[in-house]
Amino acid sequence: MSTRDWLLEDSPHSRWQANVGRAYRVFTALLRNPLSVLGGIIILALVLTAIFAPWLAPYSAIGQDLANRLAPPSSTHLMGTDELGRDIFSRVIWGSQITLTIVGLVALISAPLGLLVGAVAGYFGGWTDRLLMGFTDIFLSMPKLILALAFVAALGPGINNAIIAIAITSWPAYARIARAETLTIRNSEFIAAVQLQGASPLRVIVGHVLPLCTSSMIIRVTLDMAGVILTAAGLGFLGLGAQPPLPEWGAMISRGRTFILDQWWVATMPGFAIIIVSLGFCFLGDGLRDVLDPKNEGK
Amino acid sequence: MTAPMLSVENLRVSFPTHRGRVEVVKGISFELGRERLGIVGESGSGKSMTGRAILKLIRKPGLVTADRLEFDGIDLRAQSEKQMRAIRGARISMVMQDPKFSLNPVMTVGEQIAEALVTHEKLARREVEERIEAMLHSVRIDDPKRVAGLYPHEVSGGMGQRVMIAMMLIPEPELLIADEPTSALDVSVQAQVLDIIDDLVTSKGMGLILISHDLNLVSRYCDRILVMNAGTVVEECAAGQLDQASHPYTRGLLAAMPTINESRDELPVLDRNQWAGT
Amino acid sequence: MPTTETPDSAFVTRRRWRRRLGAIAGFVVTVFLTFLGLLAITFFIGRVIPIDPVLAVVGDRASNEVYAAARTAMGLDQPLVVQFFHYVVNVFSGDLGQSVSTGRSVVEDLSRFFPATLEMATIGILIGVLLGVPLGVIAASRQGSLIDQIIRVVGLLGYSMPAFWLGLVGLALFYAKLRWVGGPGRLDIFYDGLVAPATGLLLVDSLLAGEIDIFWNAITHLVLPASVLGFFSLAYIARMTRSFMLDQLSQEFVTTARVKGVPERVVIWRHAFNPIRVPLITVIGLSYAGLLEGSVMIETVFSWPGIGNYLTTALLNADMNAVLGSTLVIGAVFIFINKISDVLYRVLDPRAR
Repeated sequence: MSTRDWLLEDSPHSRWQANVGRAYRVFTALLRNPLSVLGGIIILALVLTAIFAPWLAPYSAIGQDLANRLAPPSSTHLMGTDELGRDIFSRVIWGSQITLTIVGLVALISAPLGLLVGAVAGYFGGWTDRLLMGFTDIFLSMPKLILALAFVAALGPGINNAIIAIAITSWPAYARIARAETLTIRNSEFIAAVQLQGASPLRVIVGHVLPLCTSSMIIRVTLDMAGVILTAAGLGFLGLGAQPPLPEWGAMISRGRTFILDQWWVATMPGFAIIIVSLGFCFLGDGLRDVLDPKNEGK
Repeated sequence: MTAPMLSVENLRVSFPTHRGRVEVVKGISFELGRERLGIVGESGSGKSMTGRAILKLIRKPGLVTADRLEFDGIDLRAQSEKQMRAIRGARISMVMQDPKFSLNPVMTVGEQIAEALVTHEKLARREVEERIEAMLHSVRIDDPKRVAGLYPHEVSGGMGQRVMIAMMLIPEPELLIADEPTSALDVSVQAQVLDIIDDLVTSKGMGLILISHDLNLVSRYCDRILVMNAGTVVEECAAGQLDQASHPYTRGLLAAMPTINESRDELPVLDRNQWAGT
Repeated sequence: MPTTETPDSAFVTRRRWRRRLGAIAGFVVTVFLTFLGLLAITFFIGRVIPIDPVLAVVGDRASNEVYAAARTAMGLDQPLVVQFFHYVVNVFSGDLGQSVSTGRSVVEDLSRFFPATLEMATIGILIGVLLGVPLGVIAASRQGSLIDQIIRVVGLLGYSMPAFWLGLVGLALFYAKLRWVGGPGRLDIFYDGLVAPATGLLLVDSLLAGEIDIFWNAITHLVLPASVLGFFSLAYIARMTRSFMLDQLSQEFVTTARVKGVPERVVIWRHAFNPIRVPLITVIGLSYAGLLEGSVMIETVFSWPGIGNYLTTALLNADMNAVLGSTLVIGAVFIFINKISDVLYRVLDPRAR
């Protein structure tokens, strides 16, 4: 039996085989959509760039070369240099580490938080639901960026606080999704079967409800990552996110603002990096939605 | 018989899929005079697509071809979209399945009926209102003034379908295609709706194509019957001679119907292998 | 039978009114609760997160007596609930405290800066609606065509392009290079202060004063930032319109309209577009609220003297009263627009009546 047959077997012999098989099916379905392949490649490139930044970057991210200030793009400096003579291309490469960290941490904090709140609200219903969802709705109807700004203002500027602020403002959307999914799952037969076996609510939620919410969560988180990158860059642009000399893309655009009229490349180059990476997440998210949630195809 | 009102020859409808073009109607031919023709078949047999193809309502990427598609001497294949619009509604009309979906939810019943009329005829406002009232009366709605002001979600399914019939017949077309007009309705109002269609069609001397999956119903209301299966016509006969049908598919369908004094313990299931080769 | 099929009309009307009143009452309650939630959050941010707000006021080297006096004066020796109550009372009586950086009361500052933001966001949403809705409709009615593809790309760019970056690029291109538009600020310097603010909206004020030159100058300054905002709302509105329209065009009643022989233009606008007008109001409302938020970034780029600029300046000066005040006002407007569009949905849609 070939690996492929094993992966696509209709009656898998173990849970592991079923999971791997499903992952394989999703993967092959994604491959059929050119845009999601492009998105996947962009994100893979982002990850690889972040890992191999020390080898990929031709110059240091913070090393200054005042003789070469504000040099236009050339073969030695692909994206030109900034006001301290630092190579912008190298800084964009190093910046991928920061972007990836922000994106990863925000997802790791906000998605599980929202998942838990939503699942608990949906599973228990009644007053628990009303209270938790009332709270969630209040958060949902706030302007996210403004709220993040206010949080960072109170916590103090810096990349860690920026991550916390973004995570705090992005969990409610996930709670909504998790609740909706939980409501449909809660009344199904297999949940009743688990409950009859005496499983505790904790066990039901963690072992049986949460796993079923994950696919819609993954879609939403991927689609939201573009927004997270933009917010983080915005905070950096306002001087509230990553602090100098960190090569954060938003902060780099902010530095270039002073020179935008004459040395356009200082501000524009990091912007292209932001757009490409955000687009990558959009493409992949759209593709994932088409594969995992065919109801919404084409929207 | 004089020249037929509608003649269809080798009509084919196909849709592209990722496995190439799939034909859902595979070359059917029939003729229709001022009579009632029933098209019967199970879901997916292509009967609805046949109805829509006559009106040239198959949208891209769907593709319709025919050796002949003539209505009252007009070659429908050669008609532009604009010319087709003058035919649709005014000369050929169609009643669709479920009034819940086929009526516009944010227009009142009266507005929708009026639209069908004024699209084809320039009339004074009062005249339009009178025509609508009379039309609603003829589909046995007793208080047309009130009903005309209602939104579709405010009327019942049976009433909705009568509204639909009124809307489709008000420009006085010569041919009505009724595509499963009663399958979304309660059994109790099905007969009522079909009686209305039958009365109006007969009294105005129109042609009718009644598309349905219900063999009994079609044989009761039609003069002639086409039985469709998997995109082809497998049987064509007069309604009264259905019991003499020869094709195994039709025989199977007939056998699967319970009779009033049923003596069999189990109804037979269609054995599709019998005609799979045809 | 027909008479029994629908409830009598007096009953229907009464039920409609009860539903409508219910929707409005629900609206008032949720707006109030959400606003209270907003207050709780700003209170939390302002009084709880800073490790020691007293220290922030008196400084590290203050003596214990000064510290204690300041603490009592700020009401921080009282329980949190009492403090929150005082905070809410203050906000509702229009007291948001003093701004450290401008030396004026925050309320005064906000009323001075808000009109500039309102003017920019309103022009922005006009651009977004007037272009976004027709483009979305066209894209949906010609699915797969070139214009459809372009609108999909624009929609995605709207999700993945930083607004402040687009603003900068716009400045570099249209102001520095092509000289098509005015630069940063609301007016050229030599026009500044010539028109007495009546509404605070420069376009209106300059017309009222009969200063056509200033009006045109204000337009040249406004057009770029408003277009940048407009681009983002256009992207969102076109994307949503397209998606709504595709949904409608696949509905059976659209086929019904075609069966009736109705021209395609009427099919698209009367049958497919009319039912989505109400949900579109919600989308436009959300987009408008989003523009108020987006203006924070744009105003920084264009040195636009609006509430967003005020907020970011206050952020950098750690002027907490000003930060929280502007957060509160932007948040309140955002919530209000949000909920209004939600309730409009329920009042206007015949299906929801």
